Amino acid sequence: MLHIVVCVKQVPDSREIRIDPKTNTLIRIGVPAIVNFYDLHGLEEALVLREKYGGRITVVCMGPPPAEKALKQCISLGADDAVLVTDRGFAGADTLATSYVLAESIKKIAETWGPVDIVFTGKQTLDGDTGQVGPGIACRLDLEQLTYVQKVVGINMETRRITVHRHLEDGVEVVETKLPVLLTALKELNTVRRASMPGMLRAAQFKPVVWTTQDFPNLDRSKIGLKGSPTIVGRSWVPEQKAANTEMIEGDDVKVKARTLVDKLWQTDLPARFGWDQKAQG
Amino acid sequence: MPDWSAYRGVLVYIEHREGIAKKVGWQLLGQGKRLADKLEVEVMALVIGHNVGQLAEEAITYGADRVFLVDAPELKDYRTYPYSRASMKVIHEVKPEIVLFGATATGRDLAGAIATHLPTGLTADTTELDVEPHPSRLLQASRPAFSEKMMATILCKQYRPQMATARAGVFEALPKDPSRKGEIVQIDFQIQESEIAAKVLDFIQDQSKINLEEAEIIVAGGRGLGGPEPFKMLQELADALGGVVGASRAAVDAGWIKHEHQVGQTGYTVRPKLYFAIGISGAVQHTVGMQNSDLIIAINRDPDAPIFKVAHYGIVGDLFQIVPAITEEVRSRKGA
Ligand SMILES: Cc1cc2nc3c(=O)[nH]c(=O)nc-3n(C[C@H](O)[C@H](O)[C@H](O)COP(=O)(O)OP(=O)(O)OC[C@H]3O[C@@H](n4cnc5c(N)ncnc54)[C@H](O)[C@@H]3O)c2cc1C
Ligand SMILES: Cc1cc2nc3c(=O)[nH]c(=O)nc-3n(C[C@H](O)[C@H](O)[C@H](O)COP(=O)(O)OP(=O)(O)OC[C@H]3O[C@@H](n4cnc5c(N)ncnc54)[C@H](O)[C@@H]3O)c2cc1C
Repeated sequence: MLHIVVCVKQVPDSREIRIDPKTNTLIRIGVPAIVNFYDLHGLEEALVLREKYGGRITVVCMGPPPAEKALKQCISLGADDAVLVTDRGFAGADTLATSYVLAESIKKIAETWGPVDIVFTGKQTLDGDTGQVGPGIACRLDLEQLTYVQKVVGINMETRRITVHRHLEDGVEVVETKLPVLLTALKELNTVRRASMPGMLRAAQFKPVVWTTQDFPNLDRSKIGLKGSPTIVGRSWVPEQKAANTEMIEGDDVKVKARTLVDKLWQTDLPARFGWDQKAQG
Repeated sequence: MPDWSAYRGVLVYIEHREGIAKKVGWQLLGQGKRLADKLEVEVMALVIGHNVGQLAEEAITYGADRVFLVDAPELKDYRTYPYSRASMKVIHEVKPEIVLFGATATGRDLAGAIATHLPTGLTADTTELDVEPHPSRLLQASRPAFSEKMMATILCKQYRPQMATARAGVFEALPKDPSRKGEIVQIDFQIQESEIAAKVLDFIQDQSKINLEEAEIIVAGGRGLGGPEPFKMLQELADALGGVVGASRAAVDAGWIKHEHQVGQTGYTVRPKLYFAIGISGAVQHTVGMQNSDLIIAINRDPDAPIFKVAHYGIVGDLFQIVPAITEEVRSRKGA
């Protein structure tokens, strides 16, 4: 039996965000709020592991009250329980403050529903896009940390060890570690299922457990929200594309243009650097 | 405001695989040196691994004034626990005011753990790094936000060190100079293998994978190619020049070429000596990934295509005629 916690964040679909060309500010109106899609891959993997090894899945989201919708979606997909951690005091959190509140929430989830074996987060979010919250939670809860997971090979329930494939820039790392562990999910991990009819019916009725600062008697107030966040957003601006001094290559036909361009290339240090000017051997 | 005067200098983490450094480490050492000069402090490198002494020496040739070398058999493979402990030991002893990591899988994994432990602020995936001079000495770490549509500067006023991960391919390394002088400081670090839960069982290097980030010449194609076949034509030009083939997202999404070839926001940020953009319109999500290339050549039949704004040389015309003509010309020039 496994107790798996999945962290999900509700995010504005940043692909839909436009910039107001007059004021250079973000137009957020009408931008849909969605579940960060990497988190759904974390949930899907939790569902697969629950099918294989048995157990339960608790979903947690820190966010404003409308984020309840994200949790309902997770219930419709098959999560057992869901917690919304919400309070004005949590607002303005950077990754350090966010990981603190999520770690405290996971401790409370363990007290409520039993010890936690696996925590899933997404690889990163669509909005903040830092990928720092996962390592932050692992660190605070003293969990093993395996990031960028593209495949869970399996869990040995006797030895309580898990083997995964991590996707790195230059290849795939096969790594094994002990439970409890925090995994960050890539989209290559699985294909997210559709909600089932019973799932949707359950979600329609479902009310997540809501925790506010009041529910955490030992919460260190200096570590939450804006006050607990070392990073602050200073200036923001709309970047201009770097404009080069473009020289257009003219010519009567393709051959002339090609020759003119290659002449230009041969006037640089590139031929010497890459050995183009050495006559081919043999 | 706490007194942070004990924290001085810029420290750069040098990521490597089996003793071969990733370019981003040298690029950040270059940028770290620029910041350090403004602050009138040292730029330092952090090298962690096993049998990686030569990497510490190489760091000096790329500009490090001092290199902290943590070398132990347990540090052969990257694993979060021992690497974060080793890094923190160095950070506690050296007290740098700024610590920089590549925004790679490993860099983000490591920096995320360290920043939480210390604790301090960590700015993710920066593409611009500057400092305010003494006395504020604040790191101005700027990063793209909202699908590259905006840039935001993130500051960390109340904590030290100030930490950031930075994208590969954005900053320029200093030229390698074997005559540079620097000091290597060995850091004593003891850890038992039994304390480390994670075991790396295998690493499957992606052999077929082209290494766009490290490539010096890239011939990239976009939707203008119209299908997978014409990428062969690009490959021929790339072969003639000794380069690799890149692509826009439109070409990747159409399934004409694999994602590992994609340049741009959701692909790789590249900084080659020579970049061809062929049948690519020049959307900002593409140009953020290639605009720092030394020499950019754009080929497009639309004279108003935005790609011409970032290109150094532009040719208006049909790529199906121009590309083979260039390949031919290069081959004959090489005298093959
Ligand atoms: C433009 C912009 C830039 C920012 N830059 C930085 C920065 O450089 N450094 C910094 O520290 N903060 C930064 N922030 C703040 C940061 O986005 C917030 O702290 C946010 O609460 C968590 O970070 P993230 O969205 O990057 O999450 P990530 O670390 O990318 O999220 C990884 C995973 O953690 C889980 N997770 C994250 N947040 C929650 C949540 N609220 N509830 C449940 N699960 C969650 C999800 O599973 C998610 O997939 C920035 C915010 C913005 C808008
Ligand atoms: C969140 C997000 C992330 C993104 N990430 C990336 C990314 O990482 N990389 C990326 O590239 N894009 C990215 N994009 C997509 C980007 O916005 C553009 O849609 C994409 O770059 C367009 O690709 P293209 O230039 O190949 O295609 P198009 O814009 O369709 O341009 C094709 C060009 O080919 C020219 N052409 C056609 N036929 C010929 C011919 N015979 N001879 C010469 N020229 C010809 C046309 O004039 C045109 O300029 C992203 C978008 C979003 C929203």
